[in-house]
Amino acid sequence: MLLKEEVQLLRRIPYFAKVDPCRLKLLAFASSRVSYDADQELFHQGDAGDCAYVLLDGSADILMESPEGEVKIGEVKGDCIVGEVCLLCDGVRTATVRTTTPVEALKICKDAFSKVLIDPGVTREVTRAFAEQLHRTTSELDRTRVGQRQLVN
Amino acid sequence: MEKSLLRYIWRHTRRQQLFILAIVAASMVPYFLAFDLPKQIINGPIQGGGFESEGATQAYMDFTVTLPWLGTIFQFDGIPLDRLETLGALSGVFLLLVIINGLFKYYINTYKGRLGERLLRRIRYQLVDRILRFPPSYLKKVHAAEVSSMVKDEVEPFGGFTGDAFVQPAMLGGQAIAALFFIMVQNFWLGMIAATMVAIQVGIIPKMRHRLIELGRQRQVTARHFAGKVSEIVEGISTIHAFDTSNYERADVSHRLGHIYKIRYDLYQWKFLVKFVNNFLSQLTPFLFYSIGGYLTLRGNLDVGQLIAVINAYKDLPGPLKELIDWDQARQDVQVKYEQVLEEFEAPMMIPPAVHTLAAKSEDKSFSPLAAVNVTIEDQSGARVAEGVSVRFERGETVAIIDNAGSGAEALAEAFGRVAWPVAGKITLQDTDLLDLPESVSGRAISYSGADSYFFHGTLKDNLLYGLKHAPTSTVTYSGRDATQRRWEMHEARMAGNADFDIHAEWLDRSTTSVRNGQKDDLKNSLLAALDAVQLTSDIMDLALHSTFDPEVHTELAARIVDMRHALRSTLSVKGLSHLVVFFEPDRYNIEASVGENLLFGTMRQGAGNENSLLDSDYFYDVLRSAALLEPLFDMGAAIAENLVDIFGSLPEDHPFFQQMITLSADEIDVYEQLLQRFSERPEGVRPNRDELRAMLRLSFNYVELRYRFGLLTPELSEKIVKARDLLHDKLPAHLAGLIERYDPHRYIALASLRENILFGKLSHRIADAGEQIRAVASGVMHEKDLYASFLGVGLEFDIGAGGRRLTLVQRQKLNVARSLIRRSDFYVFNRALPGLDRRVQNEIVKNVVDFLKEQDHDPAIIWVLSNTSLARLFKRVVVFDRGSIADDGTFETLEQESGIFKTLVA
Repeated sequence: MLLKEEVQLLRRIPYFAKVDPCRLKLLAFASSRVSYDADQELFHQGDAGDCAYVLLDGSADILMESPEGEVKIGEVKGDCIVGEVCLLCDGVRTATVRTTTPVEALKICKDAFSKVLIDPGVTREVTRAFAEQLHRTTSELDRTRVGQRQLVN
Repeated sequence: MEKSLLRYIWRHTRRQQLFILAIVAASMVPYFLAFDLPKQIINGPIQGGGFESEGATQAYMDFTVTLPWLGTIFQFDGIPLDRLETLGALSGVFLLLVIINGLFKYYINTYKGRLGERLLRRIRYQLVDRILRFPPSYLKKVHAAEVSSMVKDEVEPFGGFTGDAFVQPAMLGGQAIAALFFIMVQNFWLGMIAATMVAIQVGIIPKMRHRLIELGRQRQVTARHFAGKVSEIVEGISTIHAFDTSNYERADVSHRLGHIYKIRYDLYQWKFLVKFVNNFLSQLTPFLFYSIGGYLTLRGNLDVGQLIAVINAYKDLPGPLKELIDWDQARQDVQVKYEQVLEEFEAPMMIPPAVHTLAAKSEDKSFSPLAAVNVTIEDQSGARVAEGVSVRFERGETVAIIDNAGSGAEALAEAFGRVAWPVAGKITLQDTDLLDLPESVSGRAISYSGADSYFFHGTLKDNLLYGLKHAPTSTVTYSGRDATQRRWEMHEARMAGNADFDIHAEWLDRSTTSVRNGQKDDLKNSLLAALDAVQLTSDIMDLALHSTFDPEVHTELAARIVDMRHALRSTLSVKGLSHLVVFFEPDRYNIEASVGENLLFGTMRQGAGNENSLLDSDYFYDVLRSAALLEPLFDMGAAIAENLVDIFGSLPEDHPFFQQMITLSADEIDVYEQLLQRFSERPEGVRPNRDELRAMLRLSFNYVELRYRFGLLTPELSEKIVKARDLLHDKLPAHLAGLIERYDPHRYIALASLRENILFGKLSHRIADAGEQIRAVASGVMHEKDLYASFLGVGLEFDIGAGGRRLTLVQRQKLNVARSLIRRSDFYVFNRALPGLDRRVQNEIVKNVVDFLKEQDHDPAIIWVLSNTSLARLFKRVVVFDRGSIADDGTFETLEQESGIFKTLVA
């Protein structure tokens, strides 16, 4: 996959949809391409996070540790981004991501990301996208809470 | 050493001086004969003296030997020769005399030169010998660069003076006296005048020169300090940069140079003033002859013939006299230098030579106990750091010594290591004072490692094994030329009073290694175990992997590495890991490597400008042209430039990506932008000039498709590049051939590092942990192929630089401990040997060291002055120092329960 195509792909990701294509090209250029076999970990729950992955090809499971062992809480496929929270703040991984098929991904490092973000226009667009995502997640959480309460009642 | 240089020279070269004096005297005979001969030739055959009649002959070489009382005992009537024959014969004799004189001169000069050089060698050796025998406290005060400048430069003139020390005054004095005597014979009073003037000259000039000598002394001292300063700047350069004090140093240097300049200028003024006075005095004498002699002649008291004879005779006096005075000047000069040097090298309490006697055979004997008896140690300021310390250590003990307050423990350890000498009391080894024991006993029975270690310029291995080089353990048998050379070396060494130990002999004492099973590999095992104990092995492996070696010298190792290369490759393919590496294949494009690397398909010698010399050579462009690559690569460069301008063009100049992502600066991006602009405005068909071509090629050479992902490398292009490899290497001109070595899967690449030679390819950068995976597999293959020790061997050849400065501080400290561990000793004393390491590593290494030494069969004692007191639990016995004396002494457990000080220290 060429740089141009990666840029197209990045644009389909909500966080980057409104970012200037020129900047996206820079971000893509600054990121590296990585390949994984099936059943390899992109990252592990509890590790310090320093990069996000955009899946170009293949799929992976999102797993969380629970007292009963690992529980699958989601799945990522092509055109998806995982681990993006660490791009904006420090913290540990909240889940493990393990590939289920061979995966081709674009690894966006926090360092490179923050350097592309030096431009205020870019920052605004990305934070807006993050805020929208946060908004969606919170309302989802609220709905879940309501559902749980109803269940308890 | 003698107080006077003349006496020193006389003592060591007496016989040679007398011999050369005799030779000089003998050389006078042909010298004066040659003077007389021209007159004979002119008067005789040329002007016809003695050949007045036609066919007249002269007896040639007639002589008579006459002895007093006995009368004539031998008479030779000579050979009758006519005028022409006589001319020929006399000219022949003249030529012969010229040759004889020349040979005499040659012999005398070489002899004197050799005499001087031998003396210089002797004196330098003696000075270094004295350095080796200085008491340790004395050496702390002297400046290394100053001492070395004394040994090297300041004694240099002694050599030149030696040859002339006695010959010159004897000769010149003789000549001057002869000339004076001749004048006296002509006329007593005029002779007296000349003698008086000579006396004045000889009396005054040396007096005036006292000032010169004083200035010379000052010059010497300031120059020596200056040398010290320069070396200080070199050694302290990091401190100077860190604190921005470079201008302070400039001021200091300038001040010193100004001072030296002033002294030197003064010296010139005086020198020429003295010269003037000297010349004046010698010209005054003829003035007196003319005026007084002339007056006497006019008065009729002296006849003209006598006056002229006196004046003629006087011509021969000033020459020798002046030289004699010059000689005296030189003598005083070297004498002052000698005193200066001697002053610095006369230390009180020198180590007696007997302590340093060479002891080839290590006595297989153990010494114990090591004890301090009422020892008091002072530091440099004279403060007592340890007072009245008495303690006794037996073999087999493990002892931690810790300081509560003060530095008594450190001082005691230094005394054990002979680094500090007690001012009262004594250190004893098996009841003998340590300072009376020869170092061949104490230096082997005790291994001391302090915090301030020193390393010698050389390889890691040299330094690790340094502690085993006490004496030659074998004699080398030389043959042929080498034998002659060695005999000459020994003869000369003895003639100059030097030691004649053979540096080329085996100095490593293989019988005194810590691991000793009587096997051949004891040394190797000790070395590997010591390196493991101080955790230096992986560092050395890294050094090995990054180093290069000459496959011509290590042919076997090179072949084995190529073998390992193939083994690694097949192992990877068996394990299904082949995708981790893209190997270099002569007929395939390496997608992980850049276009340039693919084209070159080889390693370039490391060095500034080497790459440019290829890029600038016409040959290179010719190759590209004939491979039909010039245009495609130019177009590729232009496309890359477009992309880069697109991506980076709008970034601010100081954006960190310019450093990280590409090797271009913002300015260069601008240049490329302008270039592209220029190309677009240019009509079709205009060829780019050389600079433009070069700029674009530079981009395309660095292009790696997998990384840049611009989609510029087509299969056709990569095929062409692979084909161009042969073209490039086939007719490589000589100046480039030495810079580039082509990859060959079946050959060791001398210019590439060991690591590159093993891998022989590029790691796939897409696979996140490719490096670690490869390392694990390669390590397995290495052990399988039994190359582990060989690789460490390569790492041990690493040149550690002056003072070991190419190693890190931590590595140096580990090395310092390791070189003690290699030696077999009864006592191992470690004096805060690992201060630069963090607590965890210290803990591990101390434990390793104790375990390693306890495993050996000689049951040594380990005495460790700890900077990290909590490590005391690794030792059976603990000695606690408080304000310079022992506060507590007992097992770790008892002290832990009973001693208040110890509890607070260890907690």
